[in-house]
Amino acid sequence: MTHAVQFEALNRSFETPNLEQETPCLKVEHLNLYYGEKQALSDINITIPKKRVSAFIGPSGCGKSTLLRCFNRMNDLIDILRVEGLITLEGEDIYSKSVNVADLRRRVGMVFQKPNPFPKTIYENVAYGLRIQGINSRRKLDEAIEKALKGAALWEEVRDRLHDSAIGLSGGQQQRLVIARAIAIEPEVLLLDEPASALDPISTLKIEELIYELKNTYTIVIVTHNMQQAARVSDYTAFLYMGKLIEFSDTNAIFTNPKMKQTEDYITGRYG
Amino acid sequence: MKNQNVKVWFRSGTPWVWLTASAVTISVIMVIGLLLLIMVRGLGYFWPAAVHEFSYDEPDKGNITVIGEIYDEEVVGVARLKEAGLAFPQDASEVTRYLIKIGNRELNSLDFRWIDDFRIELQKQPEQIFVAERREWGNFYGYLEAIKESGEVVAQGQAAWSSLWQRLARADKIFSEIREVEKHDIGAINYQLEKVRLRERQAKLENDNDTQLLSRFSQQRAKLNAEYESLMGKLAQLNQDIARDSITARTSDGQVVEIALSNIIGIHLPNQMSVWSKAYFYIKNLKNFIVGEPREANTEGGIFPAIFGTVLMVLIMSVIVTPFGVVAAIYLREYAKQGFVTRTIRIAVNNLAGVPSIVYGIFGLGFFVYFLGGNIDQLFYPEVLPAPTFGTPGILWASLTLAILTVPVVIVATEEGLSRIPRSMREGSLALGATKWETLWRTILPVASPAIMTGLILAVARAAGEVAPLMLVGVVKLAPSLPLDGNFPFLHLDRKFMHLGFHIYDVGFQSPNVEAARPLVYATALLLVIVIILLNLTAIAIRNRLREKFKALDH
Repeated sequence: MTHAVQFEALNRSFETPNLEQETPCLKVEHLNLYYGEKQALSDINITIPKKRVSAFIGPSGCGKSTLLRCFNRMNDLIDILRVEGLITLEGEDIYSKSVNVADLRRRVGMVFQKPNPFPKTIYENVAYGLRIQGINSRRKLDEAIEKALKGAALWEEVRDRLHDSAIGLSGGQQQRLVIARAIAIEPEVLLLDEPASALDPISTLKIEELIYELKNTYTIVIVTHNMQQAARVSDYTAFLYMGKLIEFSDTNAIFTNPKMKQTEDYITGRYG
Repeated sequence: MKNQNVKVWFRSGTPWVWLTASAVTISVIMVIGLLLLIMVRGLGYFWPAAVHEFSYDEPDKGNITVIGEIYDEEVVGVARLKEAGLAFPQDASEVTRYLIKIGNRELNSLDFRWIDDFRIELQKQPEQIFVAERREWGNFYGYLEAIKESGEVVAQGQAAWSSLWQRLARADKIFSEIREVEKHDIGAINYQLEKVRLRERQAKLENDNDTQLLSRFSQQRAKLNAEYESLMGKLAQLNQDIARDSITARTSDGQVVEIALSNIIGIHLPNQMSVWSKAYFYIKNLKNFIVGEPREANTEGGIFPAIFGTVLMVLIMSVIVTPFGVVAAIYLREYAKQGFVTRTIRIAVNNLAGVPSIVYGIFGLGFFVYFLGGNIDQLFYPEVLPAPTFGTPGILWASLTLAILTVPVVIVATEEGLSRIPRSMREGSLALGATKWETLWRTILPVASPAIMTGLILAVARAAGEVAPLMLVGVVKLAPSLPLDGNFPFLHLDRKFMHLGFHIYDVGFQSPNVEAARPLVYATALLLVIVIILLNLTAIAIRNRLREKFKALDH
């Protein structure tokens, strides 16, 4: 398995991705974000390419999770938080008054650091988003759930116990279930907030393989602490430091030939 | 050196362990002691006691024979007897006295009598003594003389016993038929007649002079009256049937009394009974106590209406208080902006739990009964006025009053439950495109349901034991009919009801025959405790199931 991933990663490097030629999906312009008085993100400009994996790396507290949470407006839950600037999804301002937040979150799915399945059956977990959209027909649900679980590479492991509680699954299985739950409603973008940091190495590997599979269908943005992981799974990598976007470029370039001194210091382990 | 040891002992914390452990022990002993006391006192009542025949010397009256059960005994100092002006033997310092239940209330002014031990000349337990439990006048103690049918003696002496059981069973069967006709059939007809009368009155109030309508009312009334007449005929026949048999019995002082079998519930001969038949009799008595209806101003018979009223009131209260408390807690915790106002509301809610319950009773009477009930009557039941329907205490108002009394508990418990739900679970739902409301309804509330049940358990425990406010808003000494019956709409929320807690108070303090009622007080108290425990256990079982079902990651 490990060899396969490395082989794929090698293969990829020959494609030499080019940020200029990609179709933009999410576009951030002059984004400033404040927690009360404290500024957490300053003047972020970044364009996330469509159907590619973009990774955010940086030391703890640099704002990478905060930036990620801007894309599905998860930050709205915090009262004291204030956002300035423009974020567009397919050209549409997601902070505009006319945007329905629930609709936005349907288009921009999210997976969190710690697996958070609902205390329901596996089936009901995956069906959750669909039921909210009013899909209750048994046949449609069955189909969508099988597809989502297959998409999350979990179908073979749980097909015989779909009606058991999701709490009984292992950590890695739970995280894949959460991904299945997110892709069941067929979002355009999938945000992954350190999806493997609470998992053991084998589960981490499975998640990484899965991300590689999902790239064909979804635009993926992943926040990770683990630089090797960013190097393995992503096409493009952004380095954030102290609330600023230092560098965003194709992954190979970042890890082999960073333009900025701070990036180089970070990836060679001088801080962070 | 020794001083040092004591210091070390103190510092080791051992004294505190002992102190805390003894506090727990004392609490446990007190609870067990309480339960044991009411169990022993209450449950002993149903055991058929031996019946003694005493011959003793009553001053001024000479030799007297009485038959009865030994109800109580006490040892009295001579000084006290002297003070009371009673005679006592010269050589004794203490005197044992027995309280004898001699029954036969129609003959004796008091059915209890104290007898001094030293006066008793003869005490025996004749096997032929029988005890008749009667529907009126309490127990009868005596010897069977003869059986009469339509006034003619048909059997005498030993032969009387053999035909007695059969005749008693017949009388019992006819009696339950009479009850069935009176309560069920005639009750239903009266209910319908009242309905017709009210509809007619309503039509008149609305100035509806439709002759067709009016004639239909009189038709209905005529039909119901005809049914009523035929039932009355049947009833008269049954009453005649049941009056056929009677027995004559001799009392301790030689009087011969005639007792109609219709007045007798059961006869037993306690001095002949084996332990097994006594045990059978005991269980039968206990069953009758639980499922039977009260007689003789609540001092005899069963307490089923009180059990039923208590349980029904608690259930109605739960149905009202749960949604109300949960909705309030959701608003406070999830929607309201946290700040000075919510903090004040929370303090107010917590303080509400400390208001004396009688205050809620007053509030219930003033607001629910007079204001709400009065207005409901004006609006919806004008045809019944001036007799109130909802403008008078009833089970709905009692349940509502208790719901207000217990709502703080539910609010606090629900808020606690909501605040303990991990943030990640909310985020997981919101990230799937659920709105806040959908998240609450589909995820948060199910996961918080065990906490809600905890609140409900506390509420039920408090409500079931509450008496004071109920006396103002719906509980009565004797309710003519249950709040749930076969007449549409089956659940009559406007009716008054009986309650175990009030029953204890009533039997213990308001009864004309305190001595006779005392064991009933204990038995009723025991039953109240059992009912509360059962209600709580049910709620706990539901909570544990919910907990198992919604076991979240972190717990």
